[in-house]
Amino acid sequence: MKKFSLHPCGNYRESYAQELSIFETNFGRICLCLFLLILFFVAPFIVSPYTLYILNIIGIAAIAAVGLNILIGYTGQISLGHGAFFGVGAYAAAILATRLDVSFLIAIPAAGIITAGVGMIFGLPSGRLKGLYLTIATLAGQFIIEYVLIQWEGLTKGTMGITLPVPKIMQWNISGDKAFFFLIFISLVLMTWFAVNIMRSKFGRAFIAIRDNDRAAEGMGIPIFKYKLLSFGISSFYAGFAGALWAYYMVSITTEPFNLGLSVEFIAMVIIGGMGNIPGAIFGATFITLLNELLRYLTVFLMNIDFIISWGLNIAPLKEFVFGLAIVLFILFEPRGLAELWRIIRSSFRLWPFSY
Amino acid sequence: MDFFLQLLVNGVCVGLLYGISAMGFVMIFKSSSVLNFAHGELLALGAFFFLALITWAKLPILVAFILTLIGCFMLGFLIERFFLRPLIGEKLIFVIMLTVGLAAMFKGLILLIWGGNLYTYPSFLNESMALNMGAIYIAPVYTATLIISMIFLIIFGLFFKKSAQGIYMRSVADNQKAALSLGVHVRRVFALSWAIAALVASMSGIVLGIMNGVNVHDLSSIGLKVFPVVILGGLDSIGGAIVGGIIIGLLETFTGGYLSPSLRDVVPYIVLVFILLIKPYGLFGLVEIERV
Repeated sequence: MKKFSLHPCGNYRESYAQELSIFETNFGRICLCLFLLILFFVAPFIVSPYTLYILNIIGIAAIAAVGLNILIGYTGQISLGHGAFFGVGAYAAAILATRLDVSFLIAIPAAGIITAGVGMIFGLPSGRLKGLYLTIATLAGQFIIEYVLIQWEGLTKGTMGITLPVPKIMQWNISGDKAFFFLIFISLVLMTWFAVNIMRSKFGRAFIAIRDNDRAAEGMGIPIFKYKLLSFGISSFYAGFAGALWAYYMVSITTEPFNLGLSVEFIAMVIIGGMGNIPGAIFGATFITLLNELLRYLTVFLMNIDFIISWGLNIAPLKEFVFGLAIVLFILFEPRGLAELWRIIRSSFRLWPFSY
Repeated sequence: MDFFLQLLVNGVCVGLLYGISAMGFVMIFKSSSVLNFAHGELLALGAFFFLALITWAKLPILVAFILTLIGCFMLGFLIERFFLRPLIGEKLIFVIMLTVGLAAMFKGLILLIWGGNLYTYPSFLNESMALNMGAIYIAPVYTATLIISMIFLIIFGLFFKKSAQGIYMRSVADNQKAALSLGVHVRRVFALSWAIAALVASMSGIVLGIMNGVNVHDLSSIGLKVFPVVILGGLDSIGGAIVGGIIIGLLETFTGGYLSPSLRDVVPYIVLVFILLIKPYGLFGLVEIERV
């Protein structure tokens, strides 16, 4: 029963195929198409360069968040090391591009694959550990990778950082926000499409079974270690891919941003967006990135007020406080995140205008 | 040989500090199975309360110390009441991320009020407390640490063995449902364990502050170093926390002394991964048995 409403009025499913369908109504499909058309053919030509920059950052964060959502939201394995995996991707791309002169079309996926390998190595403890013990193991992974990135100076140039060449397709240089906008958002759409569909396959069902009860899943014949590793691999691939895009976009990279704070930010995106919900991860990435920008703007604004200067207050840490507060409030009041809010909004429209 | 002995002594002293920092952490985990990522910030809060009381309010040391302990006791109570209690029975990741969010809030708050500078307490420890054994010198702070941690270990040992509340706490840790059905007020036990943990954390924060100066970033990074310590000792063993702390402390000082100073901060985490792979429940931890 594909109707032209924002949200179906009830459960009209008659077969398993309908249960698996991505769009509940044709309206949703049309809306998405329109949204994508506007995103690709209108948005980049009318918005200011600064907005375009924000959009690009959101796109990169969204790729990483979608990947992390596969691991946390669908497989139920918590990783505190995704900030470091993001860094591994960035460095892998940078090293491939500067040392081996690899074209960026190969370097970015290759960076993703390298990161997937690293992620699977740090996912190995998941064979024996689960829950908080695994969380602590990935926390250790975060610190170990950070150390390696800083100390392996022969490869990563340590704290000096690496400058990447301008990416090229044939003769066309990809530089500037607009060119990167297309690169990042085409990647995001493809990666999201892949993530949504992998969740409808045998692999996705295995992941969800492991999340809900790993012992029971094992009893039903799912090789849980294999699937846990696979989940680590896929989500690290996303993180590495996003990291590689970020490295090309930022042109020069240092080890500094890839710390525990970044890992926490990624998890916050997944939680605030909604766990176990792929569009949710994109909402979460948008929310956190916008929050960061807003807070930065606010900090600069407040620092120029004479009254606060005369008080000698340092406003910069306000950012950290509000970030923590946002996480806490979402967990306490809407643990299913923005995706749930969006669902509530849609379903309140379902009998509109006669909703009684 | 002297170098070795000095490293050994330093390692044990640093380790004891880690051990007492970890005690509050273990206490929370033991009764409510919450992995507290805000532990470092609790340490810092205690240290800064104390700082404010002795430098701004100019109270005598002992009064300030007792007021800090009372303040942190109440703070722990409030944290449990307003943030952790709604999450009883929720998924692990929410509980973990809640403490991460709390950590960010506390850190932001401390940075707003005090900034990221390094403060020092006015020195009040007597130099006569220093121990000199041949070439080895033990600073008075370390002696004080040793004494304080011993006193607290004994107090907590007695508290858990003898007092009614301590026995309630152990029973809740052992089996929450059974304790509930036998009439233990589980929520009060949770609140009390957070309060006591915050108290212990503030005390260790003060000791750390006396030793290294008071700085938010240092103290909150110690909160993360608690993880290798407690995993090594077993997440639910208070004695194990001390032993784990000493082992990690020794490991750090020896790596720093003989291998390379930069490796010093990572070595606990490398060891942590290996322990988790070989003996996931630590040296003294209880093996969880799980039924479907």
